[in-house]
Amino acid sequence: MTSPSPRETAAIVATGLRKSYGEHLVLDGIDLTVQPGTVFALLGPNGAGKTTTVQILSTLIHADGGHATLAGYDLNREPARVREVIGVTGQYSAVDKLLTGRENLMMMADLYHLGRARARARTEELLGQFDLTEAAGKLATTYSGGMQRKLDLAMTLVSNPRIIFLDEPTAGLDPRSRRTMWQVVKDLTRGGVTIFLTTQYLEEADQLADQIALLDHGTLIAEGTPEELKRMIPGGHIRLRFTDAGTLGKARAILARPAYTAGQVGTAGQAYAAQADEEALTLEVPTGGSVPELRGILARLEDHGLDVAELTVHTPDLDDVFLALTSN
Amino acid sequence: MMTPALADSATMLRRNLKHMFRYPSMILFMILMPVLFLLLFVYILGGTIGPAGHAGRAAYATFITPGIIALVAVAASTSTAVSVASDMTEGIMARFRTMPIARVAMLAGHVGRGVIQTVLGMVAVTAIALLTGFRATTSAAHWLGAAAILILFAFALTWLSVALGLAAKTVEAASNAPTPLIILPFLGSGFVLTASMPAAVRWFAEYQPFTPVIDTTRGLLTGGPIGHNAALAIAWSLAIALGSYLWARKLFSRDPVRS
Repeated sequence: MTSPSPRETAAIVATGLRKSYGEHLVLDGIDLTVQPGTVFALLGPNGAGKTTTVQILSTLIHADGGHATLAGYDLNREPARVREVIGVTGQYSAVDKLLTGRENLMMMADLYHLGRARARARTEELLGQFDLTEAAGKLATTYSGGMQRKLDLAMTLVSNPRIIFLDEPTAGLDPRSRRTMWQVVKDLTRGGVTIFLTTQYLEEADQLADQIALLDHGTLIAEGTPEELKRMIPGGHIRLRFTDAGTLGKARAILARPAYTAGQVGTAGQAYAAQADEEALTLEVPTGGSVPELRGILARLEDHGLDVAELTVHTPDLDDVFLALTSN
Repeated sequence: MMTPALADSATMLRRNLKHMFRYPSMILFMILMPVLFLLLFVYILGGTIGPAGHAGRAAYATFITPGIIALVAVAASTSTAVSVASDMTEGIMARFRTMPIARVAMLAGHVGRGVIQTVLGMVAVTAIALLTGFRATTSAAHWLGAAAILILFAFALTWLSVALGLAAKTVEAASNAPTPLIILPFLGSGFVLTASMPAAVRWFAEYQPFTPVIDTTRGLLTGGPIGHNAALAIAWSLAIALGSYLWARKLFSRDPVRS
């Protein structure tokens, strides 16, 4: 809607953002830079300070300290200019539930002073894009969670913002709605929009983000591309379940010895420090989870006539990342 | 061409009016309280009380109706404070705050709705009062004058309730905040002549804002002296509106997340 400011280089630059509520320190000096047209994911558990960061950067609340610019506009000195270039979809539904879907979008268009004709056209366009045309005349209070999320995001897009904040956009959504939301985000980035999203799910950050920052207790503990971050975290493990304790014990002993059987492939000859759970009759074997490695492990057990009742593969998740990074 | 602040206020007013008409229970509740007082005073007490010159049911109905109309403004205050307080807890308000909208527009929408709601309630209550024996002038100019005084007063109390709604920490607290106002038409000229009160109460009754509003309305609609009451009513209303506006603006510009 507005022409780029001459000062613009990065879409978002924040330095030393601090915020506390009374004794409780929420953000302890956050520095981050988001390049235009990219997706930045702020990843962290509940209470890490993700929402507070979004609330500060989107002009909703003031930081106690630090400095930030959005599209070149100073957050503290030019909040009105910042508000013209951003769009925010918060964690909690920000639709007017007593209005219909269409009325919600028309209200947004009116507040951006689009004019009657453009407001109508934009409203119908977004209703179509988000598959809401059929429900457009119904009160938003009758919408499902997924539909409210879609309407919420559609409302954010009315003004064609250049920077969009999405605070946990898929929290509480069923897997299908989550996929839809991911697709919407991907489509948006193709249009050159900068997206700042928060999430608790590594998978979501992995799917969507160009850059990920890990937030824990108000501090950024790691930052990088998804690939860079994954290299920092330990591999996953496989869990093998056996039918009796005897087999479990033998399996652990076999895998603990380096195997030199001729003709074996990959890392199958490796010695594993597997954790046995006598109660559940399971063995947790740390592994990257590649197919040759799995095949090697199973082959070694089969060579000794040991039957595996069940196998599950556990890939690294946010818990692993946090355990790895916060234990240092 | 409207200024952006005016255009945004109109948009917010449309939003609030849609809420009001979709959930009209607030309006009914707002009319119910003054009407109950009207019926109670006219039919239960009206046979025995009534100041000199206003005794008898019909005469007493005529005497108290201006006070009953003022009670509508009090009842509407509760509804406004509640709708402001609950709106502040809605996610949509956080969205508005991150948009380039004139800040005053978000409050103006509530004020507009509050005034319209109060006026609708006053019209309904006046109509019911006419059925119970309220007899008023037929002069259009006098009616318009009374309407102007009452609308200005409604405007003032609406800004006050917007501020009370913003100051309240919970919706429940907001619904209680304007309740003490209910006593004011009674501690004034609404139901008896202030001359009949003990000195200290009488002093308060004569100087509090409801008395000049009620006396001016009574003077215009049923005849009787107005004197300096019209000027006092206007001055009180403007002072309450301005003070409440400044207070509300200050409350609204605080960070919405404080813990």
